Amino acid sequence: MTNLTDLSHRRSVGRTAIRRAAEAVATAIIRAAGWTAIVVLAAIALFLAWNSLRALDEVGIASILTGTSWYPTSDPGKFGAAPLVLGSLLVTVVALVVCVPVGLAAAVFLSEFAPRRFNEVSKAVIEFMAAVPSVVYGLVGVALVVPSVKSAFGLDSGLTALSGGIVLGIMALPTVVSISEDALHAVPSSLRHASLALGNTRWQTTYKVTIPAASSGIFAAVMLGVGRAIGETMAVLMLTGNAAVMPKTVLESVRTMTGTIAAEMGEVVQGGLHYSVLFVVGLILFVVTFAINLAADVVLERQRKRWGA
Amino acid sequence: MRLTRAQRARLSESVARSLLGAAAAVVIGLAAFVLVYIAWRGVPGLSWEFLTEVPRNRGREGGIFPALVGTLYVVVGTGLLTVPLGVLGGVYLSEYAPRRPSTRLIRLAVANMAGVPSIVYGLFGLAAFVLAAGFGRSILAASLTLTCMTLPVVVTATEEALRQVPADLRHAALALGASKLRTVMTVVLPAAAPGIVTGVVLGLARAAGETAPILFTGAVFQMRRLPDGPGSQFMALPYHIYTQVTSVPNWNRDLVWATAFILVLTVSAASAVAAVWRSYRRRRTAW
Amino acid sequence: MVTSLRSAVMSAFSAVVEPVRVEGGVLEEAERAATGRFELRSVSVAYGSETVIEDVTMNIPPQAVTALIGPSGCGKSTLLRCLNRMNDELGNVRVGGTIALDGQDIMAKNVDPVELRMRVGQVFQRPNPFPMSIYDNVAYGPRTQGIRNRDELDAIVEDSLRRAALWDEVKGSLKKHAFDLSGGQQQRLCIARALATRPEVLLMDEPASALDPISTQQIEDTVAELKRTVTIVIVTHNMQQAARISDQTAFMLRERLDQPARLIEVGETRKMFTNPDDPRTEAYITGRFG
Repeated sequence: MTNLTDLSHRRSVGRTAIRRAAEAVATAIIRAAGWTAIVVLAAIALFLAWNSLRALDEVGIASILTGTSWYPTSDPGKFGAAPLVLGSLLVTVVALVVCVPVGLAAAVFLSEFAPRRFNEVSKAVIEFMAAVPSVVYGLVGVALVVPSVKSAFGLDSGLTALSGGIVLGIMALPTVVSISEDALHAVPSSLRHASLALGNTRWQTTYKVTIPAASSGIFAAVMLGVGRAIGETMAVLMLTGNAAVMPKTVLESVRTMTGTIAAEMGEVVQGGLHYSVLFVVGLILFVVTFAINLAADVVLERQRKRWGA
Repeated sequence: MRLTRAQRARLSESVARSLLGAAAAVVIGLAAFVLVYIAWRGVPGLSWEFLTEVPRNRGREGGIFPALVGTLYVVVGTGLLTVPLGVLGGVYLSEYAPRRPSTRLIRLAVANMAGVPSIVYGLFGLAAFVLAAGFGRSILAASLTLTCMTLPVVVTATEEALRQVPADLRHAALALGASKLRTVMTVVLPAAAPGIVTGVVLGLARAAGETAPILFTGAVFQMRRLPDGPGSQFMALPYHIYTQVTSVPNWNRDLVWATAFILVLTVSAASAVAAVWRSYRRRRTAW
Repeated sequence: MVTSLRSAVMSAFSAVVEPVRVEGGVLEEAERAATGRFELRSVSVAYGSETVIEDVTMNIPPQAVTALIGPSGCGKSTLLRCLNRMNDELGNVRVGGTIALDGQDIMAKNVDPVELRMRVGQVFQRPNPFPMSIYDNVAYGPRTQGIRNRDELDAIVEDSLRRAALWDEVKGSLKKHAFDLSGGQQQRLCIARALATRPEVLLMDEPASALDPISTQQIEDTVAELKRTVTIVIVTHNMQQAARISDQTAFMLRERLDQPARLIEVGETRKMFTNPDDPRTEAYITGRFG
């Protein structure tokens, strides 16, 4: 056996030690970039938790979650976040009522009945809806939805949970439509053909076979829609009136968790108790949306495995 | 009147079809309406002065030039940070990541980052970049915050685009004596460029329209001069709309709608150009 | 023109120990004889815990065409990929035994597979040009080796395209996108691309299986021309093709699904096709199975 360096018989082009080292460095950088997501997510959790410590210590999570009065600037401040949590829930429920039936029906139509050309148009349209900034949705809501709600129900002000929820529902539509459409698309066409061959109509096939087969993905789509609605800030801030009281109906002004942070963080003393309580609210939001997304992700992953896509 | 089974089936088929079609029409109609409405309300306020002048009388008169420039700065800053990080992150997931639970964890983190509410990014940016890192309320802090938010979009788009590149091409480069790194950088990444660029544009377009993450990290209500560096505060288009509507009594409807129109136009034009370019390149690389 | 080309190529490969000789205007390296000889001893391959190839011992003579034949799934392509260590890239593949190229163990720890692949090129089953121009495709390998000089690259690209019998068809349109070529032209481009690194061995994995008869004929002509300068190992399904173009033939067979594939017989092609030693070879060649 001759010397192995002979393998690179073109000495001028052989891989030098420098080149190899440079490659090792570049590979290490790529690996580090891959881990950024975990680092950022962990950093978010840590910074939220760290800044929440004072409030958790002085007020306590139980009284923050169950307290019904939110008067952060009174002396001493009252930090009962229940009205905010309820406000977020109420707005989210309205949004779901608006977007789930329409969104799912549209997804079923686009996936099962619409011609292919139509599908490309609708994809572009849905991408456009998702690209419109939330502050613009807020503006459209202020101009159209708020006055309509006011006159339809004879209210003094149209800034209500209902107005915010309607706009939020429209904003969540692209998420719900595109993810449930993907779930329906993922169902193998052999299943549909089997059902059609048994003499079922297209619609019978859809509700007996395709929708049940895609149910987990559709569930995930609704979950992600919920996550989007709970986390949305600007539109609700502009539309719900922001009264931090326990809401009784959807025709009252409410204040959401996101809206509270956005409205109050600009005016608090950094490091103060109010500041810290707002971080607790952020932490609650983070945990809730994290759980929702995790659940949706697990469901979607299981579906992917099932259809082997 | 009694119907046979087959007639009932046919009836329910057509009822279902029209109800579902109506729902789809509502969704598409809504989008079209929003687009047309914004354009209809926005066009009257447009003028050359509107684009090139500073706001006067708390924004009721004058233009939005500083807000345009501020948004541009923040988007460029975000792009400079998010493109290398996101693309390399996608390269790692597609080309380097071993099939291990740790990789699954990274994917989970990416998916979850996309679902974190934008206001939570705002809080994080305030705590981490403005205060802890000492960047203050600035273009730098806001760009870093928006980078965290757009990162999952770019990572996911890159990974998916790389996966579309046939394994054959990688093997061809490797068989020519290219190292793995050279293979990825000179063959796989260029072949995946259309998908990556589309993802980057979508991510940056979203960043341009975001308000909540910049609320506490550097956006200001009004500035008479332009930002003079990454440490400077800035005006931004979405924040301008928000403050006009909520804090300026008798806000000028025409000017605010024109601002919204400019914002939507920029964001959707960028997405449209990226989509067209992608489909053009797709035809070139038919796999 | 010819003189300047010659000098350019001379300088391009000045690092090559062997002198370059010009014959009838066609560049050749006739003096580079006797490099590119493979010796395989008891080679086995396992995917995870499953052994798929066992005990292959054979020599691959330099500057000749060796055909690997056998039914699909008998491990021909896997064996081929051992010769440039492409199996390393597929993960979870273990290769046993020894494989020597010109006396050097290519599986030794200190052998860089990246350097090995500059000496042992490969052409794949389906044409897989890079999504770039014809020129950039061919120049990819030399650029990887660090050659940046424009004249050198021009000379290498022309020489490689000539050897792959594609030059006359594309010489006016080297900037054209490779995807604009026909399937047969793309495959010859891939051959030119592989030749541009000046390999001593060229591995071809069913290079004509995705092509029409005319393109197949052109590829076969190219192979016949190339074997004067490089060692060629070709995997093929097509018995006639093996008989037409190869000097040596190796027949592999996996007799039962739960057993690894083995080398049944290896020998001079003419003998294998007229008077094989093993009845299984005869059965396969005469079309009784596979």
